[in-house]
Amino acid sequence: MSFFIEVLLGGLLSGVMYTMVAIGFVLIYKASGVFNFAQGAMVLFAALTFVSLTERGFAFPLAFIATLAAMLLLALAIERIVLRPLVNAPPLSLFLATLGLAYILEGLAQTLWGTQVHGLDIGVSDAPISAAGVSVSRFDLFAAGTAATLVATLALFFRLTRSGVALRAVADDPLAAIAVGIDLRRLLALVWGVAGVVALVAGLLWGARVGVQFSLSLVVLKALPVLIIGGFSSIPGAIVGGLIVGASEKLAEVYAGPWVNGGIETWFPYFIALAFLLVRPAGLFGERSVQRV
Amino acid sequence: MRIEATPWSEPNTSTPPPRTSLFARASGRAVVRIALAAGGTGLLLVLPLLVDDYVLSAVLVPLLALSLAGIGQNFVTGYAGQLSVGSAAFMSVGAFAAYDLHLHLHGTPLLVSLAFGGVSAAAAGALFGLPSLRIRGFYLVASTLAAQFFVEWLFTKVGWFSGNSASGVITAPPLSIATVDLSSPGGHYWLSLLVVAPLTAAAYNLARGRIGRAWMAVRDMETAAAVVGVRTGQAKLLAFAIGSFYCGVAGGLWAFAYLGTVEPHGFDLDRSFQILFIVIVGGLGSIAGSFLGAAFIVLFPIFLDQLATFVMGGSVDPGVLQNIDKIIFGGLVIALLAKQPAGLARLIEIAWLRARRWTLRSA
Amino acid sequence: MLRTRAPGFVPFLAAALLTTACRSRSENASAAVLASPAPGTVSPGKESAGKEQYFPLQSYRVGPYAAGGSGFFGGFIDYMQLVNIRDGGVNGIKLTWSECETEYVVERGVECYERLKGGLNGAPAAAMNPLSVGIAYALIDKATTDKIPLITINHGRTDSTDGRVFPYVFPLSLNPYSEISAIVNYIGQRSGGLDHLRGKKIAVLYHGSPYGKETQPIVELLAQKYGFASTHLEVPHPGTEQESQWLQIKKLAPDWIILRGWGIMNPVALKNAAKIGYPVDHIIGNIWSNSEEDVIPAGAAATGFIAITTHPSGRQFPVLQDVDKYVLSAGKGNMTDPKRVGTGYYNLGINNGILNVEAVRVAQAKFGNKPLTGEQVRWGFEHIHIDDARLKELGAVGLLQPIELSCSDHEGGGAVRFEQWDGKEFKVISDWIKADRALLRPIIEASSTKYATEKGIAVRDCDAEARL
Repeated sequence: MSFFIEVLLGGLLSGVMYTMVAIGFVLIYKASGVFNFAQGAMVLFAALTFVSLTERGFAFPLAFIATLAAMLLLALAIERIVLRPLVNAPPLSLFLATLGLAYILEGLAQTLWGTQVHGLDIGVSDAPISAAGVSVSRFDLFAAGTAATLVATLALFFRLTRSGVALRAVADDPLAAIAVGIDLRRLLALVWGVAGVVALVAGLLWGARVGVQFSLSLVVLKALPVLIIGGFSSIPGAIVGGLIVGASEKLAEVYAGPWVNGGIETWFPYFIALAFLLVRPAGLFGERSVQRV
Repeated sequence: MRIEATPWSEPNTSTPPPRTSLFARASGRAVVRIALAAGGTGLLLVLPLLVDDYVLSAVLVPLLALSLAGIGQNFVTGYAGQLSVGSAAFMSVGAFAAYDLHLHLHGTPLLVSLAFGGVSAAAAGALFGLPSLRIRGFYLVASTLAAQFFVEWLFTKVGWFSGNSASGVITAPPLSIATVDLSSPGGHYWLSLLVVAPLTAAAYNLARGRIGRAWMAVRDMETAAAVVGVRTGQAKLLAFAIGSFYCGVAGGLWAFAYLGTVEPHGFDLDRSFQILFIVIVGGLGSIAGSFLGAAFIVLFPIFLDQLATFVMGGSVDPGVLQNIDKIIFGGLVIALLAKQPAGLARLIEIAWLRARRWTLRSA
Repeated sequence: MLRTRAPGFVPFLAAALLTTACRSRSENASAAVLASPAPGTVSPGKESAGKEQYFPLQSYRVGPYAAGGSGFFGGFIDYMQLVNIRDGGVNGIKLTWSECETEYVVERGVECYERLKGGLNGAPAAAMNPLSVGIAYALIDKATTDKIPLITINHGRTDSTDGRVFPYVFPLSLNPYSEISAIVNYIGQRSGGLDHLRGKKIAVLYHGSPYGKETQPIVELLAQKYGFASTHLEVPHPGTEQESQWLQIKKLAPDWIILRGWGIMNPVALKNAAKIGYPVDHIIGNIWSNSEEDVIPAGAAATGFIAITTHPSGRQFPVLQDVDKYVLSAGKGNMTDPKRVGTGYYNLGINNGILNVEAVRVAQAKFGNKPLTGEQVRWGFEHIHIDDARLKELGAVGLLQPIELSCSDHEGGGAVRFEQWDGKEFKVISDWIKADRALLRPIIEASSTKYATEKGIAVRDCDAEARL
């Protein structure tokens, strides 16, 4: 029984890590309807910038602030160079444009900082904590705590600040928001900036978990089933989706995997997502769209 | 709740397709068209005598295979408006099915193997297309993504598909049709041409026929189409099936005529994105666009590589050069999408119209 | 109203088509105009055209495996540079090379092969070194038809060891089966003798790809022979998630774990081992889990990790000191970060360079001191005899194992050393431990014969060829 709890707990904590990446997607989709495939590349860029700065002697807080500034500048550049020309493009073109953007970011990150692999140590060890026969990694708990803080901060931001409220307005009805005088362009830059900050936090945690190298951008593939289950435009959906995906994939791998010699983690979450979609075609918390002629 | 009156992808708003097929009336224009077509076909056939091995085996054959896959993707995404990110999985099914048929039924003609690959892929496509009856919009990617990862896992895991070799890699049989040996680069090219040309003609006619119209109706206004009596469910499944058939045959060509070998990871998500790129860059809803997009994807990295080393080679670290290539490629894709969301096919169409108008003006 | 601008892509596409057509039309004439110049080649310009030996490099300096690729090709290029500067080439024939980026993608490797196989400025191609399993598989048929040796050092198709069926493919120094056999022999040694393996549990954590699966039958064979229990656990590509596998390992509690990883899977495996509290010094990494790039991202969790190597890290070997003296201090080194000289992948590149150049040298002894064709270099590879004396001359004692290749044996070595990571560097902790090649040879021959029948290949008669 304790083994089952260990697997479940490990899965839930993994799921929280997926949620962190998914939140970046949700923010951007909510505000502009763009499915930002470049989120993974943004995670890589942030992690690589941070690690390279620390390796060149910057202290942790200074490197953090510098990377933060870099991500915000990047957001401004993206809004100006990528989003404005594509302002009325169909969603599929926008998706592929973000794919192109992912190439640019990956190329840029590696041109600036090189192609070597780096370790990232944020001071939390992997050593397990045991309680009642179940052991959990210290690092996983720390990551879960950080993610929770991040979500809480975002929730407060959306509820209490003017920009946050403006973002919710834009997500609800862009035309009406423009009509009441909300500057859409500044808001989009802000959203991409916040997504950049989320990417930085996710980059630090994932980088500490797997090392900072090119394959870090592949974490985006883990976020896709989370988004599909939870709905593209809902943060609570991303959280619930993440927990479901994390737990189900680990349990399936450990208990059903050995029957088929393992490796089912790659596709199992997508089938779960499909099952959820058949019941709720727009995700658990997503916006249902009404089809009209 | 978001009310969608417009489809999530732009409908093809260029001039409506002609109501009749290519060689309808015996008018002067038709004669010119036939002459051009014959000349073009002749050129294509004698091409191996004009260009050398490198262009044949490293440029033309992959171009043909990818174009075919692009046509398949175009059916699903461009004409029927269903988002599919799993075309590589269907290519994989086609390649492995063709190989397995050849392996277990010795003496099966090559074209029959490729066709069997296509049919297997069509079955897989129809299966993974079933959720499209219930799910709409971007969420549909879940289905084809599931196909993508599941197929990759299946072919790596179950040794039977790769002939129980320890490494899981399939190797193409020696290629020949009837008794004509096709194992030279020219032979590979002719095989690809032999497969791609009739399928393209069929695609062209299909897109302009009843089925194509049903697809476009489903894409543009699904509710209205259903009201008017178009069988939307059947149309969607048919799009997946036929599109996957094309992808399956393309996968067979890729494995047999191009690489000569394939492992399951050769048809991964990156390949699916590549085919989606081909279709979007070339032009959604355009058969010619698939060819243009494939040409762009195949030629551009080579061109950039040559240009970069010619201009800067020797003085810049090759790693840095390659990363800059990547940046330029991404930038160019964004620029193209911004300039002309309807792709290269539309760009060329506009150029053609301008040229015609210019000739009229100076007359 | 149509907002039209000149569609720049039409002329661009035409230019691209023309470029590729012209480029490949003749290797000599237009290649001089548009060919990728050889970065850093010492040899002067046109006068020496036709007096050089060319090595096409299908390198990867971009993408997920760029760290390994830049190290390997950097070492290879630096060694060739050393031969040019210190020795004036191989018997006066200078070496030249050019790189073509494959990004570890199969079809780019194939395209690079087709583009470069014809040679450079009249210098014929000696051998292909793609350092990729996928690309190697795709090139086996083509390289055999075009008669250019395909070198797959430390990897590749295991049955290509049988040169009678694969005349142009060389899994130099170590094939996947030998790896496993050597590791099991080492575990036996550590356990007090191979007979002490009975009843032990060995788990194999492998990368979910053909490369990872390749050795499963051999592990099971050895498990049957020595009486240990073997469990295979697959880590799905790319390997960023391994918790489920490691929780299963925790339940299983094996005595030893063999890690057959690649790329990001390696550091993640070590971190997960720390998470469940598995002793990292009982994890043995295979030949693609043995570099600094694999352990550094894991930080403290990697200290104590053991891995096999055919190319121990370090700069103390005489050949590396020569590289320092002649190449690096002249500012002609290929590595942008000089600290990487002497690391795992770099030294693998040096070893690869030594073997490739030795093949050219041996072939020149038979065919004359001139640029050689691929077929002649192939003869050279098959007659490589590097013993301890030759290793001393090469300055590679301890770095490269004694290797003897032949028509039927394209591997030649099959021995490995074991090294352990101490947090800063890999330290060698054993001497050369051999694989049980006599046990493996019949299995390899069975597989290669099956391949020959399937493809209709005539098996070479090595004795008849030796008499020629």
